[in-house]
Amino acid sequence: MFHLLWLVPAIPFAGAALLMIFGPRMAHRTAAWIGCCSIGISAVISMLIAWQFLHQPPAGGSYTQHLWTWMSVANFHLGISFYLDALSLIFMLVVTFVSFFIHVYSSEYMRGDEGFSRFFAYMNLFVASMLVLLLGSNLLLLYLGWEGVGVCSYLLIGFWYTDPKNGLAAQKAFITTRVGDTAMAVGLYLLFRQLGTLNIQSLMQAAQHQWPHGSVYATAAGLLLLGGACGKSAQLPLQTWLPDAMAGPTPTSALIHAATMVTAGVYLIARTHVLYSLAPTAQLAVAVVGAATLIAAGFAALVQDDIKRILAYSTVSQIGYMFLGLGVGAWTAAIFHFMTHAFFKALLFLASGMVITSMHHEQNIFKMGGLRKELPLAYWAFVIGGCSLAGLPLVTAGFYSKGLILWGALSSPVGSATLWFFGVIGVLMTSLYTFRLIFITFHGPCHHKPSQKTGWLMGVPVIVLMTLSVVGGFVELPSYLGNHPWFTNFLQSALPATAEGHAPLTELGAEGIVVLAFFLGLGAAWFFFLQRRELSESMAGSGLGRALHRWWYTDWGMDWLYDRLFVRPVGWFSRTNKKDAVDLIYTGTAAVTRSGWSSLRLTETGRVRWYATALVVGTVIFVLIVALL
Amino acid sequence: MILVWLIVIPLATGLIAGLVARKNALLCRWLSLFATVAGFLISVDLWVRYYPHISLLTQEQWIAQINVPWISGFGIRFHLAMDGMSLLLVTLTFLLGIVSVMISWREIHDGVGFFHFNLLWVLAGIVGVFLAMDLFLFYFAWELMLIPMYFLIAIWGHERRVYASVKFFLFTQLSGLLMLVAILALYFAHHAATGVYTFEYDALMHTPLAPGTEMLIMLGFFVAFAVKLPMFPFHTWLPDAHTEAPTAGSVILAGLLLKTGAYGLIRFVLPLFPAAAHRFAPIATALAVAGILYGAVLAYGQTDVKRLVAYTSVSHLGFVLLGIFIGTPLAIAGAFITMIAHGISTGSMFMICGMVQERTHTRDMDRLGGLWETIPRLSGSAMFFMLASVGLPGIGDFVGEFLVLLGTYQVSHMLAALATIGVLCSTFYGLKFIARGFHGPNRNQWKLADLSAREILLMGAMIVVALWLGLYPQPVLNTFAPTGQRVDQAFNGPTMAKLQGGVKMVPASVAGPAEFAVSAPMLSQTPRGPYRQDRAASPAGAPAVALALTHTGSAGGKR
Repeated sequence: MFHLLWLVPAIPFAGAALLMIFGPRMAHRTAAWIGCCSIGISAVISMLIAWQFLHQPPAGGSYTQHLWTWMSVANFHLGISFYLDALSLIFMLVVTFVSFFIHVYSSEYMRGDEGFSRFFAYMNLFVASMLVLLLGSNLLLLYLGWEGVGVCSYLLIGFWYTDPKNGLAAQKAFITTRVGDTAMAVGLYLLFRQLGTLNIQSLMQAAQHQWPHGSVYATAAGLLLLGGACGKSAQLPLQTWLPDAMAGPTPTSALIHAATMVTAGVYLIARTHVLYSLAPTAQLAVAVVGAATLIAAGFAALVQDDIKRILAYSTVSQIGYMFLGLGVGAWTAAIFHFMTHAFFKALLFLASGMVITSMHHEQNIFKMGGLRKELPLAYWAFVIGGCSLAGLPLVTAGFYSKGLILWGALSSPVGSATLWFFGVIGVLMTSLYTFRLIFITFHGPCHHKPSQKTGWLMGVPVIVLMTLSVVGGFVELPSYLGNHPWFTNFLQSALPATAEGHAPLTELGAEGIVVLAFFLGLGAAWFFFLQRRELSESMAGSGLGRALHRWWYTDWGMDWLYDRLFVRPVGWFSRTNKKDAVDLIYTGTAAVTRSGWSSLRLTETGRVRWYATALVVGTVIFVLIVALL
Repeated sequence: MILVWLIVIPLATGLIAGLVARKNALLCRWLSLFATVAGFLISVDLWVRYYPHISLLTQEQWIAQINVPWISGFGIRFHLAMDGMSLLLVTLTFLLGIVSVMISWREIHDGVGFFHFNLLWVLAGIVGVFLAMDLFLFYFAWELMLIPMYFLIAIWGHERRVYASVKFFLFTQLSGLLMLVAILALYFAHHAATGVYTFEYDALMHTPLAPGTEMLIMLGFFVAFAVKLPMFPFHTWLPDAHTEAPTAGSVILAGLLLKTGAYGLIRFVLPLFPAAAHRFAPIATALAVAGILYGAVLAYGQTDVKRLVAYTSVSHLGFVLLGIFIGTPLAIAGAFITMIAHGISTGSMFMICGMVQERTHTRDMDRLGGLWETIPRLSGSAMFFMLASVGLPGIGDFVGEFLVLLGTYQVSHMLAALATIGVLCSTFYGLKFIARGFHGPNRNQWKLADLSAREILLMGAMIVVALWLGLYPQPVLNTFAPTGQRVDQAFNGPTMAKLQGGVKMVPASVAGPAEFAVSAPMLSQTPRGPYRQDRAASPAGAPAVALALTHTGSAGGKR
């Protein structure tokens, strides 16, 4: 089965190519079939491969498929080859499955859109690039997928291109992530220069052998790769693009800007975890970035009024958790959270898509309300997804994965009580903004009657993801619940176990505090946004409240800052220098020549008297000079 | 003889096509197309036959050559020779030649005969530049490609064509004169040292020169090539010439003429004057990086689509210059791939601009916008080549730029980092190009015809080539490898090369004896061994598929 691995990205690629070439003339029905089937087949093949991986694991826990030589010059050799181990397998399964359901959902959601086939072409291309990113055996192939998903994200954010606002959001996303990519590219050069290869597994081995613990090269490489990860995964300080990315169609937000692409940074760091183990500074930086982001985005999410922007900030915040997990060496916990997050966040976005469709593309939650009765499926999807996101104890997937990260933050030797504390505050915030969203949207008075009902093509994916958001967590039960770490055990061949250090609390005790934070947030949301809504409004209306509201609403004003620091200066320079100042040298030379010509031309009068006078004067001067010398 | 045909076919067809056009313009077009296709097929055929043997080439060998006395009194010979580098560039020349003829099919109506005459003669001149191994002949070809190009811009160009063509002519002519002086200086210096008057490339390569003289002569060559490239700050002729030229002219300018500058640097400046080039390298690389950044930022500021694309060339060719003067095998190979890939992608960009202008009669991005709605296929192609231009992996330009940057980092971290920021800046203009030209609302209610069958054929072919270069550039890299190796050896010398970590690509294990004469007809008769493409560029004795999958760093390549 393993030899079918190349088909997993190849089929979506083929689907994308078909849709691009023949799409404009294709019936929407055909386009939908091609789009969904290609991902479906890919998902089935992934499943077959996973099945074999479980039953007949390849030697050494990994399988490499070499397709062809990509480039080979001097001492630089790269192949187009895929590498499958437990880590890439988990990502591959999640990506293909979630993608499949989102494609099915889109076939109804996008019905009647002018760019129907174009949408599926981009989505297929995205899945293919994402799979290349995951399966690439060397960092450059990973980078190919990395840039590929970036482009697809750009194309899909700006999908409705006639509105320049969407175009701007798309450009912002592409440029911001590319800022990170620049750092990442430099990281690649550094790794190649120091270790002589870009093959990930060889790199990791070489790094372990050649670099001492705390090596400056490992630190530099780790930080540079972290730069790339921050861009793609929307972490501080490059997180500003993700909320704007919500300009794209909702299925896109679900797939790219929640479930899969934005977690590519997590994958990159997990894939190169050896570097971070060698470089404590870089690893600490990962944890700090994660902790800071999860708090900052939590506050920003609390004051948004656009349903999708709230979810976007919550995505930023949840990826912050994953970074925190990676940063404290809780590798498998971060991957676990990636998986559960993919389920519940995709669910939340798909459900919000249902709400938005029913509300005639209204996205402001304050213009909704009381939708519980009208849209029961969306409501329950939000309840289950929201509970999973906030971490309702015992029955939701998010509870287990987030709990594991937080326990790692507290107990691992790299972790600390401070990081843990930040994480717990994050739980409180998450619970607060999630239930604020649910209470305002679905409870209270009904402002507008929703119109159309959604069909089963949108319903089925939502139900499937609802199920996964609940049961997805049971693959890893913590010690106080029977201790069945199946997920961690499975990843053991690819990622090291979380080191246990000294913790000031027992796991159960720490978990108790987390649960407390969750209920505190839930209670506060209930009190302020359902029970006594006027209280929250008066708080937001006060002077300080308004200032904070504005500050958080604009994501801590970072867009403003970047606009002043980078966007305007570059724009100003290129506009001012549109005519290219360097050309002045040449046009200047030409002008001087021309003015010399025109002034000398004045002497050419055709009057013999003038010529004779000039001749005499010239001769006199010449004779004088000669005589004087 | 095959090399002579490569030049004679366009020259002769140009004459005939020019003459028949009065009677039958269509015949003239078909004749030109036939000539370019013939040249293309000949060069592809050469490549296919030569390709299995590249690993057998030793240092001195050419794929094919012709060397006869021309003006014996001055030691001038008619010496044409082709190695992997010139083979690929000649192939590119004819490919873009086909494109230029086809793209002019509906665009050029006046003076069809003289247009095609000029077009084919430019191509002949370019082929001559890529093949001439006698410096006098080289200069002759260098001038040959200048004059017809001047006419192409001055007669069939757009609004400011006279200004642009004169500017183009002055820049190239003046810098060309410097090269002529340098060639003569080298000629006399060689005579002074050896007593032999010769313009022969191989002979002049070993001319002993005083450091000061070497630097001056090197600069003479360098300026000519740097203007053509164009290097910052000599680039200002380019935006004007590119913008004002007719589409075919822009394609040839961007795709080919700029490459002659890069070719000259690789072929002449590095091997003939290694010491001077080494000393000059810090300045050249710094100017290269300045050009990368400056070109990208200026491209962002433009509102004329062709001007925007023209400035992107300044930026991209900066990578070529950077790679060449970094001078490691990795960087030079990267520079070469960039040359080819840029020819394809920027050539296509100019075609797209031409098609847009043909339909809308404007190049001003303030008047365009929303084109996607009415011409999705053309806009999709524009998107593709925009992505190529911003360095999307999987498309040819990325491979070249990445190799250059990777090579640069080995020498200078700062330059590599700055040049990588240049890649970031390319995103600015790329996205602007699409956003202002093709996205947005269709304010002007454009209703245009999408790509015709002829245009789909052109665009499709270019996209396929660009993807091929991006995903499987190895054949090109392999074909270039012997040249790269020779340049590396001449430029870096055995000791320098070792210092810089370039593993010599001496295919010792497979190299045949030196008498293995590689001339085109013989190639077909000498099938040797199995096809070992992967071994060609790998260090001797390294595993056949020298991937790093199975080993940490290649056998000898680790530092």
